[in-house]
Amino acid sequence: MIHLKAWLGIGLTAAVVAAAVAAPWLSPHDPLATDFVASLRPPGAPGHPLGTDQLGRDLLARVLHGARLALLIGVCTVVITAVGGGALGLVAGFVERWPAAVLMRLADVQLSFPFILLAMTINAIVGLGLRNIILSLSAAGWVVYARVVRGEVLSVKQRDFVQAAAALGMSRVRLLLRHVLPNVAPSVIVVASLQFSSFIVAEAAISFLGFGVQPPTPAWGSMLSESRDFLYVAWWLAAFPGAALTLTALGVNLLGDWLRDTLDPKLRV
Amino acid sequence: MRAYLLSRLAQTVLVVFLSLSAVFVMVRLSGDPVLLFMPMDIQAKDVNEFRERLGFNDPLPLQYARFVGGAARGDFGESLRYRRDALDLVLGRLPATLLLAATSWLLTMCVAVPLGVLSAVHRNTLLDHAGTVATVLGQATPGFWLGLMLIYVFSVKLRWLPTGGTGTPAHLVMPSIVLAAFFAARIARLTRSAVLDVLNEEYILTARAKGLGEARVIGKHTLRNSAIPIVTLAGLEAGQILGGAVITETIFAWPGLGRLTVQALLNRDFPIVIAAVFVISVTYTLINLAIDLLYAWLDPRVRLG
Repeated sequence: MIHLKAWLGIGLTAAVVAAAVAAPWLSPHDPLATDFVASLRPPGAPGHPLGTDQLGRDLLARVLHGARLALLIGVCTVVITAVGGGALGLVAGFVERWPAAVLMRLADVQLSFPFILLAMTINAIVGLGLRNIILSLSAAGWVVYARVVRGEVLSVKQRDFVQAAAALGMSRVRLLLRHVLPNVAPSVIVVASLQFSSFIVAEAAISFLGFGVQPPTPAWGSMLSESRDFLYVAWWLAAFPGAALTLTALGVNLLGDWLRDTLDPKLRV
Repeated sequence: MRAYLLSRLAQTVLVVFLSLSAVFVMVRLSGDPVLLFMPMDIQAKDVNEFRERLGFNDPLPLQYARFVGGAARGDFGESLRYRRDALDLVLGRLPATLLLAATSWLLTMCVAVPLGVLSAVHRNTLLDHAGTVATVLGQATPGFWLGLMLIYVFSVKLRWLPTGGTGTPAHLVMPSIVLAAFFAARIARLTRSAVLDVLNEEYILTARAKGLGEARVIGKHTLRNSAIPIVTLAGLEAGQILGGAVITETIFAWPGLGRLTVQALLNRDFPIVIAAVFVISVTYTLINLAIDLLYAWLDPRVRLG
């Protein structure tokens, strides 16, 4: 069962990445090219395997380019939050002076607010668009890394080999980079893999609500938002982008579970 | 106990104060909300008069002091759109959200906990595998897509349920299922692993060795001891349900706090946004306090203070 889930996760994730990379070859259509004569064609229509939308844009092309966008947002956000939040947590756990305490209190305050609402509010205030949605998700998401890494650092610091290295006169910076960092890295990788799908889904949800990535850019969230007006006549506009999002989240979740079981079984996020 | 409660309440006040300050700073950094509420052909002096009346011309520290003073009295100003007291509007929407959140939380508990316990007790059976598939899928499916698909099947095709709105119990069915789905999946997974952990304990072996029936072993010894992680997650999720409600309410046109907040953000109606932040962070911290009190009751080893 464990292996089945791991392989399913790896397979699904690889398939999504491959589809995103190969988007222009899998569907020859431009995801933004409209064709009013061919609007709202059902799946299986000639030249349009998944049908077309209200403006006659090819749905397959839009779903595939949506995968590019989702992966781009997911990767950028995870890298920013892992590096930023991880560095803050590393320093907060290592230094233990008052700025660290203030920072962790700030993290507590931020956690007292639902993640999606926080990211959405920040996005509404700083402005919409691709770059700002990445920034908003990062601003809302760094806390988890800071907390996990700080906790790990506090415990690694007490271990004998770190104490011994300190007693031998190793400089603090070197100690941090050489002995502490490698020991907290697995947790960061696990948290990052578990966060990846929640960032992608959160981005879709925020774009769905009318913030984030704006039409006509083919983001799954805004495609689903537009599909609501056509639910009575064109089910495929809602079904395929959502299915793509679900499969991506499923694949990455399974991969994350597997990474956690192998790298850091005790970690709870 | 009283000292503990007082210090926790003081912390709540601090958290709420800091979140409000953060929102205030962000809103003021974001630009001029006044212009959005003016007709296109307005004269510059009228803009200025409007701005003067709302106090946007004063120095920022003074605006902040006035904001904090107002907030302390529960006065967040008037909604720029509805011309009514912002906090009143938000509180007026709270019951609908609480009804939805409570229904889906109850639904989550009634489905997820038994499912998790059954999966753990019948580990590696067909039932357990089916449960795993359901929870993994449930965690991956975004609520807003599930909502759209349910509307398509039950409203558009079968015509059994209304697409949205409120009024009858039928209106509550799809929103609460959508809101519950994700959390139910997480709770079921956690329940399964918590129960499995406890089943490995020696006191369970003892209970079985002394001849207790399986119902007593599971019902009494296992459940109570695996309750702590479940309660922790259920509490954290209770707060996140407020976040999920934002999306669910928008899909199903449910007249709650979440939908009001989304609309206020889209309209840049910041008094409502700030009042909503206030109500949400108060609710969230109070839920967490309730959870901590529940720990002490569940596990007498936990000492509060």
